[in-house]
Amino acid sequence: MTTLAPPALPETRPTASRGGRSGSVAWMALPALLIFFAFAVLPLVGVLLLSFTSWDGIGVIKPAGFDSWRAVLSDPGLPHALWVTFKIMALSWAFQTPLSLLLGVFLAGHQRYRELLAVLFFIPLLLSSAAIAITYKALLDPNFGLGAGLHLPLLTQDWLGEAKLAVGVVVFVVSWQYIPFHTLIYQGAVRQIPRSMYEAAQLDGAGRVRMFFRITLPQLKYTIITSSTLMVVGSLVFFDLIFVLTEGGPGDATRVLALLMYKQGFQANLMGPASAIAVILVLVGLALALLLRRIGGGSSSSSQLEGA
Amino acid sequence: MSRRNFLGLAAGTAAGLALAGCGSSGPSSPGGGGGGGGGGGSGASYWFLSGPPGEQIRQASVDRFNKDNPEAQIKATTFQNDAYKTKIKTAIGAGQAPTIIWGWGGGGLRSYVQAGQVEDLTPWFEQNAAVKDRLFPSSFGAATIDGKIYAMPAETVQPIVLYWNKKVFDKVGVQPPQSWGDLMSLVPKFNDAGVAPISLGGQSRWTNMMWLEFLFDRIGGPEVFQAVFDGEKGAWSNPAAIEGLTKAQELIKANGFVKGFSSITADSNADQALLYTGKAAMMLHGTWTYGSMSQDGGDFVSGGNLGYMNFPGVDGGKGDPTDTVGNPGQYYSISSKATDAEKETAKKFFSTAVLSDAEVKEWIDAGAVPIVKGADSQLGSSKDADFLKFVYGIASGAKVFAQSWDQALSPTAAEKLLDNIAKLFQLSITPQQFANNMNQVIGQ
Repeated sequence: MTTLAPPALPETRPTASRGGRSGSVAWMALPALLIFFAFAVLPLVGVLLLSFTSWDGIGVIKPAGFDSWRAVLSDPGLPHALWVTFKIMALSWAFQTPLSLLLGVFLAGHQRYRELLAVLFFIPLLLSSAAIAITYKALLDPNFGLGAGLHLPLLTQDWLGEAKLAVGVVVFVVSWQYIPFHTLIYQGAVRQIPRSMYEAAQLDGAGRVRMFFRITLPQLKYTIITSSTLMVVGSLVFFDLIFVLTEGGPGDATRVLALLMYKQGFQANLMGPASAIAVILVLVGLALALLLRRIGGGSSSSSQLEGA
Repeated sequence: MSRRNFLGLAAGTAAGLALAGCGSSGPSSPGGGGGGGGGGGSGASYWFLSGPPGEQIRQASVDRFNKDNPEAQIKATTFQNDAYKTKIKTAIGAGQAPTIIWGWGGGGLRSYVQAGQVEDLTPWFEQNAAVKDRLFPSSFGAATIDGKIYAMPAETVQPIVLYWNKKVFDKVGVQPPQSWGDLMSLVPKFNDAGVAPISLGGQSRWTNMMWLEFLFDRIGGPEVFQAVFDGEKGAWSNPAAIEGLTKAQELIKANGFVKGFSSITADSNADQALLYTGKAAMMLHGTWTYGSMSQDGGDFVSGGNLGYMNFPGVDGGKGDPTDTVGNPGQYYSISSKATDAEKETAKKFFSTAVLSDAEVKEWIDAGAVPIVKGADSQLGSSKDADFLKFVYGIASGAKVFAQSWDQALSPTAAEKLLDNIAKLFQLSITPQQFANNMNQVIGQ
């Protein structure tokens, strides 16, 4: 729970007048902290406790020691779900990052038509995941979908009925939905890169490609880490989209951790094991966030504008 | 920089929240809670499924009851099928169940009984023998847990039957199958003609299960699944079970089911659409699909293009080809957490309004067979008389009317079963692996 600590303020000993100000700032954080405690920490503790019990969701909650944990950890479904989760995470990261980076750089320009395009790109983000999933499911239907309607054999695949294709479709739809969001992040970051750096590079005779790799990309290092963290941690909790699109199928080809948890808890009535999976999910999320922070070099004071 | 950690934690806990948060979502309608509400007079609450034609008929019965009993009103709330299944479980778990719990009997009802959440209706049925005696005796099986009746059987009987598209059969020039061997030999003929032999909404999983239910019964008789239900060790390894599982996979390997069946859901009725648009020749489904096919299929049903029959026998099988599987009825229970006045209202509703003459007529008009003895005499006047007589014949003639497996088993065992069935139909496990996986959870 160390991560709950508020951001450490860099100043050591504030003066008397500033002390009063920082006191009032801490006071203002209280409502947010209370809400976070009531709606995040408390349920988390509840789930942790529930993972040591046996409960079918209807009857009485009975303590069961480590039974749920033993059941979950010995179930071959868990490593499979972890593998599927990481597969979808890695693939959607690898698909989204280059595309949204390039789009972000493109949209950071100042021409008018780009702003119109930016609005269009933004649309998928405004749709709910469930609506997107239902739409894609209808479009990809092998008998009544787009391929069958237009008589295009290339599109008439069993998109959601074959394991490999289904994973690909999930990755594609997830990316389709979230690329606009990450594009927006990159667009903002690119606009903050000082123009003087490009001007200097131009004087030195660097071309567009070279400028991209030598200036833009290094300057976006922290943005890439932020965006990757959001992608990676966000992909841990993909549920609605996959649930509507494939229900984890075919077989268990797209059954990610969150779906496994739902199925155990609400379809098989095993709340204990489902809670254990929820705890695992939280731990994996924390570990990944910490890992990405490590990779990012950690020191909070290093500026992107160094050497500017 | 701790913002990133915070994000990680926040995103991670969202998953935990999703799990914990759902548990506390009670009924949204004011005064809907039977137990927690603190008693709103003798009015009872009643939750049931939405969607035609059942919703209108259920609502009409409630309205008639409310009109006749101004002092004891029933407040109805409707839910969609899948949403209801989750909602009712969490509501009962949270002590917020409605007075009247609409359900499917069997394993789900058993879990309510074990938690002490539903009223034992055995004494009430003894006092009101007339209510009991007018219903199909076979409908009480799924309402009876350990010798006691915990639910009022209601609504209609819904066996699963084999539908076929007469137009497609004529075009290809073949006859409906009289045996499993016939069915297998039809598969290449339809495939050659560019028509899918069988429509299947495989993503819903219980749709695949219906094929196994009939194969098990036709090959080894009802004893095969009964042994599973009774928790006998190794019951899934019965040679008849292995043979049934193997036959199902043979049908899949022969491309018997429509392309992409494992991504088709039954909820969207796309499987029915395949049949009535002539893209598929046959479909094994519950009789509840007759109504929606008449509604959505244009003149397909009214033009006499829909054929139907009981599932054919398997050559050399021990099972009786008159046996059937499906829903022997719907089941209304009373929450044990309701007040005495609410329970009285519910019982009065059961004896005076449920399957009243008016309701029976409405079910028949909707193309369904209510579970009332002698209802067949009223069937002749319906526009769907032939189909209704066929259903009545199956229901009354079946020596064994088995409940669907996923309804009969506990929710835990049912989920495991459906999971393995999906893998079996995906050909990712063998019949032997299926049997091994399922033997591990027998009796749970």
